This record gives sequence, structure tokens and C-alpha cells, in this order.
Amino acid sequence: MAETDTDPDAAKASQDEISAEMREIHDVYRRSRDDGGPEETSARMNFPPYRSSLLRSPTKSLHHTDPEEIELHSPAFGERDVRTLESDLTIQHGGEPIGERIVVTGRIVDGDGRPIRHQLVEVWQANAAGRYVHKRDQHPAPIDPNFTGVGRTITGPDGEYTFTTIKPAPYPWKNHYNAWRPAHIHFSLFGTDFTQRLITQMYFPGDPLFDLDPIYQSITDQSARDRLVAAYDHSVANHEWNTGYRWDIVLSGSSRTWFESDAASDEEH
Amino acid sequence: MSTPASPQTSADLTPTPAQTVGPFYGYALPFPDGEKLVDRSHPDAIRLHGTVYDGDGVPVPDALLEIWQADGQGRISAEHGSLIRDGYTFTGWGRTPVDNVGRFRFTTVDPGPTEEGRAPFILLTVFARGLLDRLFTRIYLPEDTGALAADPLLSSLPEERRRTLIAAREEDGDLRFDVHLQGAEETVFLQYPNTPQVTGPVTG
Repeated sequence: MAETDTDPDAAKASQDEISAEMREIHDVYRRSRDDGGPEETSARMNFPPYRSSLLRSPTKSLHHTDPEEIELHSPAFGERDVRTLESDLTIQHGGEPIGERIVVTGRIVDGDGRPIRHQLVEVWQANAAGRYVHKRDQHPAPIDPNFTGVGRTITGPDGEYTFTTIKPAPYPWKNHYNAWRPAHIHFSLFGTDFTQRLITQMYFPGDPLFDLDPIYQSITDQSARDRLVAAYDHSVANHEWNTGYRWDIVLSGSSRTWFESDAASDEEH
Repeated sequence: MSTPASPQTSADLTPTPAQTVGPFYGYALPFPDGEKLVDRSHPDAIRLHGTVYDGDGVPVPDALLEIWQADGQGRISAEHGSLIRDGYTFTGWGRTPVDNVGRFRFTTVDPGPTEEGRAPFILLTVFARGLLDRLFTRIYLPEDTGALAADPLLSSLPEERRRTLIAAREEDGDLRFDVHLQGAEETVFLQYPNTPQVTGPVTG
């Protein structure tokens, strides 16, 4: 490969060049899978088409470690931390935000299917014009004075969460020339174990930018990429008010020894 | 390409992949006093500080760090109240963005060992623009050299890698711990069982 520019804001490469790089990596992965190679269920930390990853991803193998006691626990959050209204991103200002009002709902479980109960979920996103309320976002799209784009909630007893928000728009970035991110909502999640911590992005079905986006395509496996795409769910829609999406999230497996009594005592918490 | 043939259901228990925290978490994830696990006036308060560097040794100005630790007696907190601190409750968890020159600081206490005789450490999670998945590491306290020598993780590492996990104690009692995402001094990052992560090509 030619020397790659590591300046994430250089915007030098064309979309065709970035797409060709991604295709090559995916082809190698698919051939490896065909030859019985391992399935990759995560994003690759070193993914050269995403230029910012070049100097920020480890080049040595991660060190396999058995969790100690503290790693089998996770910080605890509750009503003291999060007000109920924080799950509605459309009521944080004096007026209605501009855009398509949606509800995003789903369940969070761990790798064994156990619901993640009473745990913190944080979201943030661009507005309906593709603009973040962040001083580093220089995209000349309008800021909506009625939309900040930040929400929080605590999951329910079955691991369920619900946010009311506005559908975000795609926005441009400088990874390469004329680069656009598919519309997405950032999610931050905690589990029962420290090791289950996850920050990710939820996407919307059918986005034409999927194939072009090196962050989304850093997940080399199609079925793994699909896990980040919400499903349109009309049962979540409300008459003359909102459309709806469902997105279930699976955290990695807990390494704790679980007993039936743990679930029971958790209910009373 | 395709949209999913079937949406993810709870029957599919493959972990959901991570994506980068991106550049715009700054107005969403940090919160007031996020870096203060204890108040500065706490009699055992120390500063845990350092710098996050990229593979060129250049400070990373857009990383977000979280720590999770036991209290001074080695107890693991189950208290709520990290996001709205009351100044008294020890929740064991903190979050801070780095500043414009890659530096971070937490106000906390030295953790005690969670089991008698074990080496005490603080857990650190690193997020950054450019980092597609979070990185986990441990920040060991430098004092108990016997426990450090017996520690299963540390003793499985060669010396030049092992030292990336041990904080330096400064004269005023503060702990210094730098994070090198890549390069000759690359911090040892951890992979736990049941926790899939893919680095991409590695050299060692």
C-alpha cells in the first residue's frame, strides 16, 4: 500500500480510493472466513481507511487477562443520577425541535441473555440538519435552539430502554474528500461487569451511505455490521405523534458466577 | 449493500460491535465533577494524572477516560450518585475528557487490595476519536513490590511491557500514569474472556 496520510483532516483521498481500500480488506476477510478463519464480531481497531485509527490503535496484541473481583463489578447508577425526563430529547428547550420525531426503544441483555437491569444508558446525536451542538463541529448546517441531542436513561427491570428524539441527518467529515457519515445515534452502555462497557453507534435501516463509511465498514463482517442497524417498528409509532425504531443491544458475556438468588435480590433493588 | 435480512433479536446473543466515541462526545458525556471520585479536601485525596499519546508520541486532545476502583479499604462501591456527586459518597467511578494537550487528572484515593495480599490497582477505560473500540488497562500502585511481583497479570509480562502498567508516585503523593496508544512504549491493553475485540494487524 502507498504511504497513507495520517492527518485525519487532510481530506485528500477520494471516495473511490477509500472504497477500494475497504473492499480489499473485506475481500481478504471473506477469503479468510471461506478458509475457516475466525469470525470478527467487532470493529477492527486498526482500519486504515478510517485515517484517525492509524496512530491511535494498538499495534501489539491485547493481553489476555482473567478478571479480578473489581472487574466483575460495574459502577451503579440510579434515579439519583438521571431524571426521568432526560430520556426525551425533544422537551429540553422552550419549543419543539425541527425534524422527524421518533421513539427508539429496545432491550439490553448480556451475552447469556440476562437483562441488564437498572443500568445507565447515554445517547448523543446530531440534529435533523446533521449538526452537533459541539464547538468543534464546523459543518455549516443550522443549529436548532430547541435541540441539544443528549439523553440519558436507566434501564427497566427487563433491560428495556426508550428514548424520544429527532431523527438525525448524515453529516460531512474530513476523513477523505466528500466524506459523509450515515445518520446515527451514539450509545454508551454499562453492564454488570466492568468488562462489558460499550460505546457504539446505532444506524437507521437502508442508509445509502453504509457502503461508503469507513467507521461502519471497520466491522469487516456483514452480519456484525447488521447488528448496529435498528429496525423500523410500527408498533412503536404513535398516532399523529412519532414513528419508531427498535434496537436491541447485546453486551459481552458476564464472567460472574450467577445464582438464581441474584436475580431475585436485583428485583428488590 | 444489504439492509439486515432480520433485525437483531434477543435470540442472537453475539455481542453488539463497538464504534468510536467520535469527536463530538464533549457536550454529552463529561459532567460536572466527573473527575472527582473524592473532594480535594478529603484527607486521603490524591491526584491521578498523566497524558494520552498517539503512535507518534503526540498528545491526543480528544480522548475520554474512565476509572473504576475500590475505596481505600478495598471495598467495591455499589452506591449510586456518580453523575450528581454529593461530595461524600464514594462511588468508585469517574470520567474525564483530556484537555487540549492530552492531559487528564482525577481526584481520588489510593485503592486498597480487594483481596488480602493482592496488588491494588485502578481500572482505566480509554475512548478516543480514531479508536474504534474501547481499551482497558490497569493502573497499579507502585508501593507493594511483593504483591506486584506475585501479580498474575504483571508476572506474565516482560519487564519493558510490565512497567507500562505501574504508576509513578510523585513527591507530593500524586500518581502519574501516561497512556501510549501505540508505539515503543505502548501501554499494555487487556482482553478479558467473553469480550471480543479485534485489533487488526499486530506486530507483537
